[in-house]
Amino acid sequence: MSGSRRVGSVAVAGVGMHPWGKWGRSFIEYGVHAARAALADSGIDWRDVDLIVGGETVRNGYAGYVAGATFAQALGWNGAKVATSYAACATGAQALDTARARILAGMSEVALVVGSDTTPKGFLAPNAGERWDDPDWLRFRLLGMTNPAYFALYARRRMDLYGATAEDFAQVKVKNAKHGLANPNARYRKEVSVEDVLTSAVVSDPLHLLDICATSDGAAAVVLCSTEYAARHGIDNPVRIDAISTVTPTFPQTVIDMPLLSTESTNAVAAPERTFKESIGQAAYEEAGIDPADVSLAEVYDLSTALELDWMEDLQLCKRGEAEALLRAGDTTIGGRIPVNPSGGLACFGEAVPAQALAQVCEVIWQLRGQATGRQVEGARVGITANQGLFGHGSSVVLSR
Amino acid sequence: MTATPAIDGWFTTGPEPALLGSRCTTCETVYFPPAAGFCRNPACAGEEFAETELSRRGSVWSYTDAQYQPPAPYISGTDPYRPFALAAVELPEGLVVLGQVAEGYGVADLRVGAEVELVVETLHDELSIWRWKPVVEMGEEADQ
Repeated sequence: MSGSRRVGSVAVAGVGMHPWGKWGRSFIEYGVHAARAALADSGIDWRDVDLIVGGETVRNGYAGYVAGATFAQALGWNGAKVATSYAACATGAQALDTARARILAGMSEVALVVGSDTTPKGFLAPNAGERWDDPDWLRFRLLGMTNPAYFALYARRRMDLYGATAEDFAQVKVKNAKHGLANPNARYRKEVSVEDVLTSAVVSDPLHLLDICATSDGAAAVVLCSTEYAARHGIDNPVRIDAISTVTPTFPQTVIDMPLLSTESTNAVAAPERTFKESIGQAAYEEAGIDPADVSLAEVYDLSTALELDWMEDLQLCKRGEAEALLRAGDTTIGGRIPVNPSGGLACFGEAVPAQALAQVCEVIWQLRGQATGRQVEGARVGITANQGLFGHGSSVVLSR
Repeated sequence: MTATPAIDGWFTTGPEPALLGSRCTTCETVYFPPAAGFCRNPACAGEEFAETELSRRGSVWSYTDAQYQPPAPYISGTDPYRPFALAAVELPEGLVVLGQVAEGYGVADLRVGAEVELVVETLHDELSIWRWKPVVEMGEEADQ
């Protein structure tokens, strides 16, 4: 199936965030903060927004399930249409895609997209109750298979197949910690050494505590509008969203994936040409009509340090097995050939699920506008994001200016 | 092995235990955990499945361990908690199946591509679970 084609672009009018952290307050408060910041950045009055899309948070009760309406009410009912999206870690991107689709279809002119979360401490665990038909419950009950254990399987494969080392993984953390030092929205703004990572506790071999991202509170918001609206309202030279890929896997899904206990078999149908993660990026490139070589920077989902290296290859920024070589050469550091996670990534933010894919987009927008103070990728023209979540969700967004 | 399987219909017990998959009678795709009701091959409208035992041996796709006690609904079989290893194993039927690694083995006993065999051991209380046990060929043991 080929669903990707040029569909035209929408303009980014404004972006905003609530800083990531452990603040212990309501996700509504963070979301409103981010939304107001994005509206202020856009210069557009909330009462002129005709669509609000919320990223659902499953941990915050009923208000979280109806996030779009929750934010609309909190900002003050303005009669806008409403939608709420859920796509696990790709929630924010799916919400953004909903807004983009309505704008491209001419059903909306200005849309506000908000993702916000309050997260618990420790391992993410399934909701309470006995559910013998729920793979997310079964993987804990039968195997004790946590999210970091899945990350560790991918990391170990890099070591045994490509010769990656624990020092390489630590170096990803060192780089991202340095990138995030000056990011006012990052939760962790502190230099980290290779030794710090290697002497932190091993959670799931070969990954140490400092190889694995934390969970955080945080919120991100984006105001989108049609390119005509931007021109009419003097929004000069806006960043454009050229593609949002939210493709699902192709049968048979042959890479073991959270929260599943197995892959699909290739005994009757051969494995697809691309893995799921490869297909996410490929669909984004095709929709934007660009090549990987056109990309100035990438924000990828470093749930673990080793996953950043996987993503570089999945996004075709280098060949399979070559990510460590780019890392070691400094190519992925700001100032290098293809900076990866100039925001500091999840290493500096921690994950705030429904906000995280939007946060990646916010960073690319600041980079393309030249507003990423203290972490600017000089001359950035095209940026790409990549992320993956449970249950066959993932996203990749291409932006340009 | 007197223990009861921790989940019904996913594996056999006895001297040569095996995972119980299901095979779509229309397109032949094999599933584990067993599928029912509808085939997930997008080109197949099949709705009937035959139970099929999966190969007892496979090769390690990757492996790790759980050095901290996983959260509920995991139930530790030991007090205090004792870390265990986990492996994703590629079977000749063309799929990868996760499992804990057999008692007494850790990540140092594994590598990508190594051969493992299915065993059934106690998970917690009187409940049993499938696990992957490294296959050590005669003569290798002395080298390790």
